[in-house]
Amino acid sequence: MGDILGLVAKRLGLGLIILLVISVIIFFMVELLPGDIAEAVLGQGATPENLAALRKEMGLDQPAIVRYLDWLSGAVMLDFGNSIVTGTSVSQTISERFANTLFLATYAAAIAVPISIVLGIIVALLRNSIFDRVANVATLTSISSPEFFLGYILILYLAVKTSMFPAIASLSSDMDFGDLLYRTFLPALTLVLVVTAHMMRMTRAAIINLLASPYIEMARLKGTPPWKVIVKHALPNAWAPIINVVALNLAYLITGVVLVEVVFVYPGIGQALVDAVSKRDFPVVQACCLIFAATFILLNLAADVGAILTNPRLRHPK
Amino acid sequence: MTKKTDKVLMDRLASAARSGDISRRSFMHFAAAAGMTASAATGLWGTSAAAQPSRGGTFRWGVHDGNSSDTHDPGTYVTRQMIFLAHTHRSYLTLIEPDNSLGPDVATSWEATPDAKEWTFELNPDASFHSGKPVTAQDVIDSLNHHRGDASTSAAKALLTDVTDIKADGENAVVISLARGNADLPWLMTDYHFAICPSNGDGTIDWKSGDGCGPYKIESGEFGIQWALSRHDGWHGEGAYFDKVEMLILNDPNARQTALVTGDVNCVSLIELKTLALLERNPDIKVDNIPSGGAITMPMHCDTAPFDDVNVRNALKLAMNRDEIIEKISFGAATKGNDFHLSPVQPYWPEDIPQREYDPDQAKSLLKKAGQEGLSVNMSVADSVYTGAVDMCVLYAEQAKAAGININVVREPNDGYYSDVWLKKPFSAVSWGARPTPDVMFTLAYKDDAAWNESRWQNERFNELLLQAKGELDESLRAEMYREMCVLMRDDGGTIIPFFNNWVYARGKGVERGEDVAASWSCDGARAASRWWFST
Repeated sequence: MGDILGLVAKRLGLGLIILLVISVIIFFMVELLPGDIAEAVLGQGATPENLAALRKEMGLDQPAIVRYLDWLSGAVMLDFGNSIVTGTSVSQTISERFANTLFLATYAAAIAVPISIVLGIIVALLRNSIFDRVANVATLTSISSPEFFLGYILILYLAVKTSMFPAIASLSSDMDFGDLLYRTFLPALTLVLVVTAHMMRMTRAAIINLLASPYIEMARLKGTPPWKVIVKHALPNAWAPIINVVALNLAYLITGVVLVEVVFVYPGIGQALVDAVSKRDFPVVQACCLIFAATFILLNLAADVGAILTNPRLRHPK
Repeated sequence: MTKKTDKVLMDRLASAARSGDISRRSFMHFAAAAGMTASAATGLWGTSAAAQPSRGGTFRWGVHDGNSSDTHDPGTYVTRQMIFLAHTHRSYLTLIEPDNSLGPDVATSWEATPDAKEWTFELNPDASFHSGKPVTAQDVIDSLNHHRGDASTSAAKALLTDVTDIKADGENAVVISLARGNADLPWLMTDYHFAICPSNGDGTIDWKSGDGCGPYKIESGEFGIQWALSRHDGWHGEGAYFDKVEMLILNDPNARQTALVTGDVNCVSLIELKTLALLERNPDIKVDNIPSGGAITMPMHCDTAPFDDVNVRNALKLAMNRDEIIEKISFGAATKGNDFHLSPVQPYWPEDIPQREYDPDQAKSLLKKAGQEGLSVNMSVADSVYTGAVDMCVLYAEQAKAAGININVVREPNDGYYSDVWLKKPFSAVSWGARPTPDVMFTLAYKDDAAWNESRWQNERFNELLLQAKGELDESLRAEMYREMCVLMRDDGGTIIPFFNNWVYARGKGVERGEDVAASWSCDGARAASRWWFST
C-alpha cells in the first residue's frame, strides 16, 4: 500500500507543475486574442476616452507579466481574484456553476457506467449475435451524431411531441431532489447516449481479448457456464482498460458538455467559460481551465490507482 | 362626471382611444384631468379600446443575448438581457409609449427655455426605489452624471457631450443645461443607458445592488442564467399586472422556440426568421412582427468614381427590387426602405414621400445620362452583417442586371468587417441599430464631418437644416425640416436602404397585450413585463 501512496503523492506533485504550466499558456493565449476586455465590454459604444477610462479601472494599463504575477501570487493562496468584468469573486461565480456541472456529470455517470459495463458483458457473452449487432449499431450511431443533434432529437420526441420531460432545464434553488432529477433528465440522457458506446465497446473488446487465453479454455473445459466464465474469470483481468476508459469519459462529462448546456440551457461551467473567453475575462478563464486540467489529472490518477488495485501482480510487486 | 360637458369629453376621449389616436397613458391622463377616478377611467378604456388587463400570474420570459459577464452598470448596458432587465427593474426619466410617442416615467413633465438650451424635468413625487427610498433630484443627477465626465466609462457618454450642467431645483425637479439647443433632449432620456439608480450621496450611484425604481424588484438571479422578480407595490407607473416575472436567458434559438412551444416560457424575445412560417401555424402562439428603427444600409462613397455622379447613385437605388429582397431574405420580417434613414415607427417620419420602386428602365436612362452604360462595380459584404446578407447582395446583383449594371459581390471575412471594410471600401452593406431620434442618427452617419459618415456625403443644405432642426422647438417647423432632409437623402444621398429589419417575437397561450406595442425594442419596447397580462 505504501507504494500506492508514494505514487499518488508523486503524481499530485507533478500535477501541480502541469497546472502551473497550463496557467502560463492560458494567460498568454488570452493575451493573444485580438481586442481587449474594455473593447469587448463597451462594444459599439466605445470611444477612445471611455476605453482608456475603463482600461485604467480594470488595471489593463499594467504590463501583461505584472498582471500574471499578481494573479499567481493570489492563486497560490487559493485566492483566484475577482472577475475583471463584473468585479465579483471568481471562486463564488465558478463554484455554483461547477457544482451544477458536477451534478449533471454524476447523474449521467450513475446511469451510463453501470449500463455500459453490463451491456458490454452481455454483448461479449452473446458476441456476433443479433443482440450484439443491434447494441453496437445503436451505441455507435449515438456516439457518431453530434451531441446537440441528439439533444434536439430527444427534445422533439420526449418534450415537444409527448411532453414527458421539460425541454429546458431551468434550475431554481427551491427545487427538491426529485424535481431536480426530473428537470435535468434530458441533458443527462443525452450525455449517457454520448458516452455509452465508448465504455461498452471497450468492455466487450477487453473481455473478448481474454477469451482466447488458456485459463479461460480451462474454465470452459471444466464445465463452467458461459456467463460465469466471463464475470468470474475474464472480467477481473479486464478491469484495467475498462477503468481507463471510464475515467476518460468521466473527464469528458465534466469538461466537454458545453453544447449540451447550450441546448438545454443548463447553467454549467462550460457556458461560463465561453462567456468569459468572449469577454477576455482572464481570471474566470484561468479558473475554469485549471478546474478542467485538474479534473483530467485527478481522474487519470484515479484510473491508474484503480488499475493497480484490481491487479494482484501490481498490488504485490516482488 | 355629472355635468354634460364632461360626458361629451369622455365620449370624445373614448372614441380617440378606439381609433388609436391616443395611448392608454394619455387617455388616463386626460380622464384624470376631466375629474374621473383612476378605476373609472381604466374601466372606460377597457370597454372602449382593448380587453381589460387582469392582474396576477408569473410571466416567464425567455430572452436571447445574455452573458454571465453582464452587469447592472447602466454605462455598460449592451446585451438584450441587460436591456430587458433594466426596463423591468429600473425606470427612466421618460419612456416611449406603445404608440411610439414620448411619455412620462420618473419625470411627469418637462419644458425648455425658448432656445432649447435649458430643460427642466419635474419628477414624480410618488416614484420610489425598491428599498423604499423616494426618488429625488439627487438620484437623477448622479444617475445622469454616471455617463459624463472624464472618469466615466459609459458607452452613452457621446449622447451627453453637449450637457454643461445638471442641477436640482428643489427636491423634485432637475435642470439640465446644454451648450447648444437640443429639442430632442426628452427623447434622449429614453436611451436604455440612462436608468435612474439610487445615489450614494457622494456623487456616485449604487448600481451594484440592483436596486431600482422600476415596476419589479429583483428577488434573486444571476446574469446569463435567470432572474426572479416580484411586483414593486410602490411603483409610480401604470401596469405591472403580473405578480412575478421570471426572466430566463435562452441564447440558443432552438431552445428558445422549444421552450415556447412546450409552454416552459410565456414569451420569447426573438424568433428565427427561417422557422417563422412554421411557428405561425401553431394556433397557441402569437407572433409579433413589428417594424423597428434598425436598418440595413448600403453606403456608396460619394467622393469616389463612379459614385460621385448622383445619376449613378440613383440608378443603383432604382435597380433594387426591395419587395423581392424582403420576401426572400427577410421572410417578410422587414419594412421597406425608401433610401432615407428614418423608419415609419420613429418620430418625424414624413409619410408623404413617394416610395422608390424597382425601375430598371429608368435606371438605364440615368446611366446613359451619366455616360456610364454597362456600369460594373464591386460590392463588399460579410455574413455577419445580417442573416443572409451575402445572399441579399447576390439577389440584388441579379436584379441590377436588368438595368445593365454588373455588381460583383465581394464576400469579406466576418472578423474585422467593421474595422477594415466599412468606411474603407467604396460600396458595402452595413447593419445599424435604431437611434431614438432622426437628429442622433443623421448627426452620427450623414453629417459632413461625422467620423461615421459612411457614404462621405457632403450636402450643404442638409447640414444647414440639421443644425437648425436640432434647436427648433416648433414641432411642425421641425417636422418640415426633417422631411426636407429625408428628400435630400433619398434623391441626392449616397446610401441605399433596402429595408428596416423588424422585431420578431412571440407570445404563448393566454398572454395578452394592448393594441399597440412600442417599436423601440423587442417585446413592447422591452417593457413586456409591465405592460402585458394574462387573460382570465
